[in-house]
This record gives sequence, structure tokens and C-alpha cells, in this order.
Amino acid sequence: MFLLLPFDSLIVSLLGISLTVLFTLLLVFIIAPAIFGVSFGIRKLYMKTLLKIFAWATLRMERGAKEKNHQLYKPYTNGIIAKDPTSLEEEIKEIRRSGSSKALDNTREFELSDIFYFCRKGMETIMDDEVTKRFSAEELESWNLLSRTNYNFQYISLRLTVLWGLGVLIRIALAFTGISLLVVGTTVVGYLPNGRFKEFLSKHVHLMCYRICVRALTAIITYHDRKNRPRNGGICVANHTSPIDVIILASDGYYAMVGQVHGGLMGVIQRAMVKACPHVWFERSEVKDRHLVAKRLTEHVQDKSKLPILIFPEGTCINNTSVMMFKKGSFEIGATVYPVAIKYDPQFGDAFWNSSKYGMVTYLLRMMTSWAIVCSVWYLPPMTREAEEDAVQFANRVKSAIARQGGLVDLLWDGGLKREKVKDTFKEEQQKLYSKMIAGNHEDRSRS
Amino acid sequence: MGSCSSRAARIPDVDSIQRETGFSQASLLRLYHRFRALDKNEKGYLSRVDLQEIGALAVNPLGDRIIDSFFPDGSLQLDFPGFVRVLAHFRPVDVEDLRNRDPQEPEPLNSRMNKLRFAFQLYDLDRDGKISRHEMLQVLRLMVGVQVTEEQLESIADRTVQEADEDGDGAVSFLEFAKSLEKMNIEQKMSIRILK
Repeated sequence: MFLLLPFDSLIVSLLGISLTVLFTLLLVFIIAPAIFGVSFGIRKLYMKTLLKIFAWATLRMERGAKEKNHQLYKPYTNGIIAKDPTSLEEEIKEIRRSGSSKALDNTREFELSDIFYFCRKGMETIMDDEVTKRFSAEELESWNLLSRTNYNFQYISLRLTVLWGLGVLIRIALAFTGISLLVVGTTVVGYLPNGRFKEFLSKHVHLMCYRICVRALTAIITYHDRKNRPRNGGICVANHTSPIDVIILASDGYYAMVGQVHGGLMGVIQRAMVKACPHVWFERSEVKDRHLVAKRLTEHVQDKSKLPILIFPEGTCINNTSVMMFKKGSFEIGATVYPVAIKYDPQFGDAFWNSSKYGMVTYLLRMMTSWAIVCSVWYLPPMTREAEEDAVQFANRVKSAIARQGGLVDLLWDGGLKREKVKDTFKEEQQKLYSKMIAGNHEDRSRS
Repeated sequence: MGSCSSRAARIPDVDSIQRETGFSQASLLRLYHRFRALDKNEKGYLSRVDLQEIGALAVNPLGDRIIDSFFPDGSLQLDFPGFVRVLAHFRPVDVEDLRNRDPQEPEPLNSRMNKLRFAFQLYDLDRDGKISRHEMLQVLRLMVGVQVTEEQLESIADRTVQEADEDGDGAVSFLEFAKSLEKMNIEQKMSIRILK
């Protein structure tokens, strides 16, 4: 071929050489370490460099804004209004006290001013509530050079853009390699007869492919307390921020996945994976049947030879500033629970998947066009349900442990609230409290 | 979110909104972001459902009434100026503003009278300028749910209307309402401070 096209031969050979070099580099620095679980520390170096660049960029931006006399928008993660945390009773009493000069030993039942409390509380929630802000990406207080995260975006330099573009291309190539290896590898292993060799191979194929995917996302993960890693017959429970959580956890341990059967590319991957090792995939119709789900999970867990199950009890992706209510299903089964806390560093790339805004493919592209995904994973000591606890209390205990470790806010709200309306029982709580104030006085008086 | 910069210049009619409500540019920017966050489908306006989806508001016994106050005269769409206009009632009273006020201009939205008017219309459903005994009962029922008997509630409503009613018409007018709350520190109790 070189002889037929003398003019193009130079270009072709140059192309050939550069591709070969690229692949060798990829192989040596990325794929081989992925297979053997070794790291050269290149990513850590990359991370340190990025931090320095961000600091420089933020300074430049602030200087530029001062010159033009613009006000920079500074986001507040804790809410935009000043709130004082007093209870319903205290506040209403205070409101009444401030409105009347009479001594209040004999608290009257109802005052026209009581309405002020509910009115103001309502307005406060309209201005700022705990749940809505958990479903938009966490706002950064310093900038990370991605236009999507900043309201004061300015273009910084061409060289950075080129570097970024190169990074994206490499990542896409790696992701492609990772996924195809996973599908091919697990299918091949699936054809082997059941036995220890098959298990061994399956484990390593899974691990290798997840590690390649981790490098495809340029994920820099720090694992803490690896001695507490989940064991067979247990359930691994973690807070959920994005589908990447699965890749992060599965690249450090061999789990059985639980989830819905998807169509498309995900479906192909799921079907291939289940050939190599027993994951628990549910059809869409089966998911609604809680008893069926609980039964299959219990069966899996009771078989000690089976892998630990990986479950995300929040049921939906939260933006990694808080942990929301854990659904009690996984805590009713009676297995040992291994809690895991995952905290992403939002400076390098926001990992939160806002499923109402982005589809899966758009989301993955966003991940690959971020600088890096930096996160910390803490393996917490295993917990079991105590005798006096019910499933809900156990779930809350695990949730608090995870929130504490990860530095996240522990909320009682149900993550499903973002899609459904809240139950009336919560409103009744408020009404009960208020009724005690105005009508409960009758009982108090009769007692004294 | 997206990649557009959202400086105050991007808010439509920001100057007239500022004049009308008295919010600073920084506060308006924060409220604008809040408006956009609540407007999940990016329609450019808010509907009742958008506000009803706020969990903490749905559990507030007066939640529906509060939402109604944003949609006066049966309108179905709430744009940003309308949103801010209602919230302006809760702007803390600025002592400087009071001193420098030009008596020719209309009262600022966050004056004591306007705050009282806002609370009044939460009671006065039919907007006839009076809180009847029936309207009082309705609000009480909202606040206590099923926890209190009808008789108890009626006696409470009767007593309240009797005490505030001065001209004996069996209903509480706005002036009577304001008079019964004249000692109340409304400026503090009906104010929400936005962080700078």
C-alpha cells in the first residue's frame, strides 16, 4: 500500500506511528495497571496541578471583575436566608407576648397573630427549602474553569482548552475499551463450566474492566478503612449521587448488583454480566412487587457463597450534600449491613446526575468532559439490626453513620419527594402541635 | 444551570423591580436563581403545582392559602416580578428607608401596614375587606386539622371576633384587625432577611 501511494505514504506512516505510540502509552500507563490493580500516581499529580490552575483562574477572574466593577455572584450552600431554629410553640408564644402587655400565666387559646408564624414559615420555605436545593448541582465557592459551573464565566486560554480536548478524546477511547472488554470478557467467561476457575476469572474480568472505566473517567478515588470491606452474605449500602457510584465501588470489590433491567446498551451489559456471575436483575413489572424483591434478595443473601449485594437505599440520585431517607426494604432482610460513604469533591467535576435534566448518555459525556472525578470512599464497620429496633430505625441509624462519615447533612425527607407530593401525615404533625397549644389548655387547666 | 452567566443584567426589567420592591441587586439575583430552581421545566413562569411541590410548604397548614396569595385574581402563571412583589412584603424594614422616605411616593411594600394587609388577606378569603366569623372558622380549621371539635373551634372563633370587633357588625375589618395588633412587633415577626 505504501508503494501505491507515494505521496500519502509519509502521512500514513506518521499516522501509523503516532497511533502505535498512543496505544503503547495507553497500554503501559493505563490498561496494564488497571489489570494488575497498580497505580503510578499519575492521576494524583494531575490533581495537584489542576488545583493550582483553578486557584490561579479564580484570582484572575476576581481581578477582572474588580476592574470592570461587576459584582461576583457568590453561591451559598447553606441557604440564602437567615433562619432561627425555634419550635412552633416557642415562636407562637413569643409572637403573642410581643403583642400584648398583659401577663401571660393564663395562655389564651387563640390569637389573631398566631397566623404570622405559619405565614412566615411558609414564605421561608418558598425562598429556600431543604429539598429543592439537593437536586441541583452543588454550587462551588471557587471556580473550576468549566463554563457549566460558573455564573461569571470568562474564557481563559486556548492552551487549556486544547489540553482539555485531548483529555476528552483519550477518555472516550478508554471508555469504549472498558465497556467492550466487559461485555466480551463476561460473555466468554460465561461459557466456562461453573467452578472455582470460572469464579476467579469472572472476578478479575469484572475488576479489570471497572478499573479501565475508572481511568476513563479520570476518577481519583481514595479508599479508607478497606479492612471493613463487605463480605459474602452481606449487603453493601451506600449513598447515591450518580451511576458512577457503581463503578467506583465495583472497581475495589466484587459485588452482586441489584437493579432494573434496562434496554439498549445498559441491557446488553447487564445480560453479559449475569452470565459470568449471579447478579439480581429485576424486570420493570417485578420492581413494584416489594415482597418479590425482598424474597429474591433474602435468597441471595442466605447463600453464603454468593457475593455481597450492592444497594443504594435512597432510591434516587441526590446531589451529594446530604443523605435522604433510606427505603427500609433492604434493612428488613436481616443480613449484615456494610455501610459505605461516598463523597465527591465538586471542584473537579460535579458527579451529580440530575435525571430530570440529563439522560444517561449526556450525563456520561459531561463526566468525561470534566477535568476529573475526585472522591473519597469510606468503608464503615458492619452493622446489624438490634433486637428493639425496627427496620426504619435501623435504616436511620445506618443513614446517620454514613452522613457523619461523609460530612453530609442528614435529612429525614424522602428523595422521592422530588417527583411525588408529600404525604398528609407530615401536615397532621404540625396541626397536632398547634392544636395542643390552643385546645390542650383546657386539659391542663382541669388537671391543675 | 447551563453555561449562561446570570448577572443581574440578565433579569428582565431589573430596575423597575428594584424600585418597586426595594430589594438590593444581590438579593434579587438570589431570588432569581430561586425562581429558576423552582421552575423545573424552565417555562419562564411558576404554576401552582411548582409551589405545591415544595415539601416543607405542603406540610404547612396554611400552605394553600399562602400559594393563593401569589396568584391573585385567578391568574395561573406567576412571573418573576409577581414572585418578588409578594416576597417584598417580607423584606425587613430598613430604618434608613423610613427616614428618607418621600411622602409623595406610595408606601413601600414592606411597610407595617402592608405587612398587616398581607396577613389580613390570608384570613379574608372573599376579599370583601372583613373577616367574618365563618372565615375565621375556616382558617382555624386549617390550622388545627381534625384535632379539635367543632364546638370548641366555634367558641374560639366567636370569642376572637367579639374581642376585635368594635363597631359590632359581627366581622373584623382591616382597621379593627390592625388595632388589635397595634402593639405587635410586626416588623420583626413578618420579616425574612436574605443573606448578602
